[in-house]
This record gives sequence, structure tokens and C-alpha cells, in this order.
Amino acid sequence: MTESLRNLTASQQVAALFVIVFGILVVVSVTAFLLTFRKNADSHDEAWHEELKHFRQMLGISWFMVVVFWIAWAVGDTAATVLFALIAFFALREFITLSPTRRGDHRSLVLAFFVVLPVQFWLVGTEHFDLFTVFIPVYVFLAVPVVSALAGDTQRFLERNAKLQWGIMVCIYGMSHVPALLLLDFKNYQGKGAFMVFFLVFVVQTCMLVQHIVTRKLKRPPSAPEVSRSFNWYSWALGMLGGSFVGAVLSFITPFRPEQALVMAFIACVAGSMGHLVMKALKRDRGVTRWGKRDMSVTGANGLLDRVDALCFAAPIFFHSARWYFGA
Amino acid sequence: MLAKLMSFFLLGLVRVLTGAQARWYGCPPKAEQRIYFANHQSHADLVMIWAALPLELRSITRPIAAKDYWTKTPFKQWITTAVFNAIYVDRARTSDQDPLEPLIEALEHGDSIIIFPEGTRGAAEEPQPFKSGLYSLAEKFPNVVLVPAWIDNIQRVMPKGEVVPVPILCSVTFGAPIQLQPGEERRAFLDRARQAVVALRDV
Repeated sequence: MTESLRNLTASQQVAALFVIVFGILVVVSVTAFLLTFRKNADSHDEAWHEELKHFRQMLGISWFMVVVFWIAWAVGDTAATVLFALIAFFALREFITLSPTRRGDHRSLVLAFFVVLPVQFWLVGTEHFDLFTVFIPVYVFLAVPVVSALAGDTQRFLERNAKLQWGIMVCIYGMSHVPALLLLDFKNYQGKGAFMVFFLVFVVQTCMLVQHIVTRKLKRPPSAPEVSRSFNWYSWALGMLGGSFVGAVLSFITPFRPEQALVMAFIACVAGSMGHLVMKALKRDRGVTRWGKRDMSVTGANGLLDRVDALCFAAPIFFHSARWYFGA
Repeated sequence: MLAKLMSFFLLGLVRVLTGAQARWYGCPPKAEQRIYFANHQSHADLVMIWAALPLELRSITRPIAAKDYWTKTPFKQWITTAVFNAIYVDRARTSDQDPLEPLIEALEHGDSIIIFPEGTRGAAEEPQPFKSGLYSLAEKFPNVVLVPAWIDNIQRVMPKGEVVPVPILCSVTFGAPIQLQPGEERRAFLDRARQAVVALRDV
């Protein structure tokens, strides 16, 4: 089995990966659909159906993500970059919607959406690695306050700029490192960038999921109750363990040896879960429990940021560790 | 053909920039003759409420556009007539002519209309006092359903004086229809209508 997989070309291997993932999704979705026919007798069943409905929604998002990744891979690196640029755009739109801006921020917002975002992704797409890692934290972070200052509104100046810069950092900078992974150049690993993206997403998702399940089963007191009612160090540690373990197991799809994959997965999980916590603190500050419009009907990409925030934090750190240690 | 393409383009643009969410709270979207009245903060309000309506209603609902502004250039005129099928209203009042004339004509014709009773775009959070046009129309057409609407966030997309819109999620909330009570005073009715719009801000 592994022998025949090894003999496939890089793109055939990636294709096989997608066949497996889609296969799993189909089985899970069909099962979940059939379960909806279960009788709805008492209140316990009702809660169960509510849970199922929630699960099916999550499943829908997984489908969406996998299809997006699949299209990105199928149409090539350039289109993948454009796709992630769109995700960054919608994530930033959500972020800005819930962070009050003033009239004087308008030009800075135009700069962020229509200059910084396309330039950053263009730098990624054209492999200007040295520039794209510093473009936002060095140049843009100077340019945004200048544009704001020129607008002449000094009220809560620092606060407003920090908000905008933070949004740019998470949504544009973080997200742009996902397609950057596609372009990393390891020895004997050409054309398999999609595996790296898959590795990162899968490992981070596993760690978040393990954490979520452990928290539900073992009701531990929260470690930062002001920020999150569920976060505690115990289930966090188990999440890290789960994510790292899955990373080590998946080492055969990466250019890493198992112990290296374990460490890389651990780094990604720490960054992802801590980033998720940071975003929770931001949401609490804004008085909302999740991004998107006041739990209303979902049109377009509402609530997208909740799904990708862990990835936004994990991607740059994962990317830079890989580049620094492996010199890719 | 060109107008059709333009309307698709505008719809796409509005959806990308604002999400163009319609939230039907007090009434469902329904093909009955209606007067939608909403708060007014931006030029994009007209496009926003137009984009939030379902396709079937969009074709029978005509927005109001200020004649002096929207006929200034041939492009503005084309877009308001060919794409939005708007009704022009004179803001500069002349003594011998009723400014509501074109609205009455459209309502008699059976169309639904979208009006902004503040008359002009406000910059404040709260809408300005409503002008009396809404009262006169409600009096003249008692069978037309009056639907309040609150347009949220759009002033952040394109504040007065700016030309480039930025992407921020917006929504249009439609509330429960109101009716002119028998013998109700003009001012009382207009304040009540305004309250109905403001109340939708927090739902």
C-alpha cells in the first residue's frame, strides 16, 4: 500500500489525499443525514437533535473548506493565492465590521483593503519572501497611522490605529502565510506544497477538536474565566498532545522526520490555540460571542473569522519555523 | 441589456462590500403594494435597500432619487432610470407644483416605492425628524402597506464626501407594518413612524 503510494507522482499523491478526505466527508455526511430521521420523542432527544443540527452545520463548513482547498490545488498556485486573498478579505471585513471605526479612518481602511491586501498576496504569489515577511509589520504599520493622521481626527488615535493594524496583522498577514506554504522549497519535495497546507490545517484542527471534546467531558474550572468559559490548561495540554501526535503520524506526507514533525505540529498547535484565545478576548471586549452578524441568518462568509483565526496565527509561525530551521 | 449587466455588477459589488443582508422581522417579503421608509445616511442607501430586496420584489419596487443630484450627469441619470427605475423628486420646492406628484403617480400605477422621509442624508446616529410626505401618502393611499426599515452600518461604507467605498457588513432590517390611525395628527404619525424605524436598530 505505502509502496504503491510512494511510486505515484507528487500530484497523484495529492489527488489520492483528496480522494480519501472527500470519501471520509461523504461517509460522515450521509450518516449525519440518516441520523436526522431518528425519532424525536422527549426533551433529551430534542437536545440531541439540536446537537446534530450544530454538527451538520460544522460539517457544511468542513465541506466548504475542503472544496476550497481542492479547487486551490487543482487550479494551481496563482489561483490558490487569489482564493486565500479572498478569504483574508472576508475575514478582515468581519473584523472591521465589529471594531468601531470613525469617519477619519476611511482612507486607512481603503488602504488596508485595496492596497495592502492585494500587494501582500502579490508578494506571496511572486515569491518575494524577504519582502512579504516585513512588508506589513514594517512598512504598512508606518503608513497606516500616517494616513490616519492626515485625516485630522485625533480622538482615540492610538486605539483606532492599533485596532486596524491588528486586523491587518491577523487577517492579511496571517492568512497570506497559508499560500506561502505552497511555495516553500524543500529538497525532494517539489509540487507537494498542498501536503504542507493540509498538515498545518489538519494538525491545528485536531488540537482544537481534542481540546473542545476534553473540555466538554471533564468539567474543569476555566483558567481565564474573563476571556473564555471553557479554556483550561488541562484540556489545552491534552489538545497539544493530540495535535502533536497526529503531526508525528502524518510525518510521511511532510518533508520532516517524525520527531521533527512532532515539534512542528506542537509549535503550530500552541500558536493556533493561543491565537484563538486572543481572538476570544478581542470578541469579549467587543461584547460579542462570535464574529459575524448577531447570530443572524448566514449569508456569504459570516462567522468566517471564527473558523480561520487559529489558522491565521499558526500559519506565520509555522512558516517561519520551517524556513528558519530547514532553510527552505 | 447594458442595464441588466450593470445591475448584476452592482449587486455583486454590494454583496462583496456589504454582504447586503436583508433581515425580515415584522413582515415577510411579499408582493403587495408597499411603501418602504428608511433612515438615510449615504448615497449607497438606495442601492443597499434595492439589493436587499428579493429579485421578484426589486422589479416592482421603485426607489426615490433627488432630481437635482441624480440627473447631474448622463451616467447618474442613466443608472437611476435604466437600472433602478427610480422616481425623481424635486427637492427645490416650487410654489405651483406638488413635489409628491411623481410618487402619487407611481403608487396609482400599482408600484411599491422606497422613500427616505428625512429628506436628506443625515450624519448623526439618530435619524432627523421625518418630513410630511409620508403622512400625505399614507392619507391618500390607505391600502398601501407601510413598512419601516433600518439600514445599518452603511455610513461606514461610504461616508459623506468619500468616493471609494470600503467593505463593511451591513444589513437592512424590515419591521412590522404601521398604519395611519383614524384622526391621527400629522406630527404624531411622523414621530411614530420615525420611532418604528429607530426601534429596528436594536433588534
